[in-house]
Amino acid sequence: MHKFSKATYIIIVLVLAGVTPLLAQHDNKAEHEQKANKHEEQTFDAGEFVMHHVSDAYDYHIVSFGNTNISIPLPVILYSKHPELHGGKSFHVFMSTKFHHQHADYKGFRISEQKDYDGKIVEINAEGQEIGKPFDLSITKTVAGIFVSIMLIFTVLFSVKRMMKKNKGKAPKGIQNIVEPIVLFIRDEIAKPTIGDKKYEKFMPFLLTLFFFILANDILGLIPFPPFSANVTGNITVTMVLALFTFVITTFNGNKHYWKEIYNPDVPWWLKYPFPLMPIVELTGVITKPFVLMVRLFANMLAGHMIVTVFVSLIFVFAHLMGPAAGYAISPVSVGFSVFILLLDILVSFIQAYVFTLLSALYFGMATADHH
Amino acid sequence: MGLVTPNPGTFIWMVIIFGIVLFILKKYAWVPILKTLKEREESIDKALNSAAEARKEVEGLKANNEKIIAEARKEKDIILKEAKEMKNKIIAEAKEKTNLETQKSIELARQQIEVEKNAALDEIKKQIAELSVSIAEKVIKKELSNPSEQKKMVDNLIDDIKLN
Repeated sequence: MHKFSKATYIIIVLVLAGVTPLLAQHDNKAEHEQKANKHEEQTFDAGEFVMHHVSDAYDYHIVSFGNTNISIPLPVILYSKHPELHGGKSFHVFMSTKFHHQHADYKGFRISEQKDYDGKIVEINAEGQEIGKPFDLSITKTVAGIFVSIMLIFTVLFSVKRMMKKNKGKAPKGIQNIVEPIVLFIRDEIAKPTIGDKKYEKFMPFLLTLFFFILANDILGLIPFPPFSANVTGNITVTMVLALFTFVITTFNGNKHYWKEIYNPDVPWWLKYPFPLMPIVELTGVITKPFVLMVRLFANMLAGHMIVTVFVSLIFVFAHLMGPAAGYAISPVSVGFSVFILLLDILVSFIQAYVFTLLSALYFGMATADHH
Repeated sequence: MGLVTPNPGTFIWMVIIFGIVLFILKKYAWVPILKTLKEREESIDKALNSAAEARKEVEGLKANNEKIIAEARKEKDIILKEAKEMKNKIIAEAKEKTNLETQKSIELARQQIEVEKNAALDEIKKQIAELSVSIAEKVIKKELSNPSEQKKMVDNLIDDIKLN
């Protein structure tokens, strides 16, 4: 049973990684010839290389052979306020293969290469000018990465739940032994000390979901091949939503004492009247707390991905500057450093998931704390 | 900078996905898992407590057993002692009784012997008397056959009487 399901997963991964790109493997030579002058120089731009690997995209790029790009296409979902430019329809769903790796327009849409909209889909008018972005609900690389990580989380957690039911009254085994200590750690080391023994239970599902979501996306983002490798937790939108959830839950669970500490803190009166200095400071704190959560996770994960990519790009930089021999010579160093940073990133993944969860729990604890 | 500008589309996807995931996991994973963990902790606590209790009980039983054994041993000693005493008493009594009986029978025998002896002596005395009478008769008959002799004898008798 277990061996079978393992084999099934391997097949699914192989299908996702190997077969799907064939669908996307178009012969792009025609398009390339049109824009050949742009790529003619074939110089290596390390900055662009790094940014390409950490940014969101409309497909999972796997590898390029010369002018042939292999990638897993992802669905593009767009809503435009200018249906007249896109064949009369305002709602559009199509696969990203239609853009032929940024080399073609489709139905009045284009993946922009201009600085303002770099890498994003823009609308073009009849004269071929980019006039702005449509509302873009595409399943981008990040969103697809979220789906993949959630599939992993569901598989792991539901199998743990099933095993717990089956092993009731017996010692835990297998994957139970990985998940249960983490759950207990979050319960006993994070939630209970920060929120208190009485109120912690209410926040446990959110804290656990938060921790496993961040951890799964951090780790999967480090696996350098599709369908993983998406830089999910290094995407500011994702961390923003996570921080927003923490902010909303904190705000809705804030008790009288919490709000009193914000609007009327226990400080000398002249700090509150006539100019409400402390209330302003406290209110700023309410906003900065989730903001810091957002930036910390985003910056840490983005930096990890960037450094790995930078070390890899060193090979090409040296090869470009001093010839292929230098590239080959530097590659062991680059690979060594990349592996080191990757291992460090695994540690960082755990730390960031822990820190985000711990700080969220701390904020919940502050919001629900009784008078002291 | 594209990297630090939140993307509205991704934002909407993220809110929807994370919200649904939070809801599903809460309902179908976290609540049952946390419940099971709590139940298991409680059952382990209970099992440990009851084990400690059982151990205490066993220790109590052991102490009790030892007490009972000690008591039994004491009782055995007492019984043995009593039996010994009784045995000695019985033997002593029997000895005394036998002595008494022997004494009695000896006394009886002696009395009987005395009686028999007396009877025998009486008989002997009687026979001796008869014999002496008959002897005396014969002698007297023979002596008195001649008158000198008779006279002599009478004299003798008279002498004897005087002497006495």
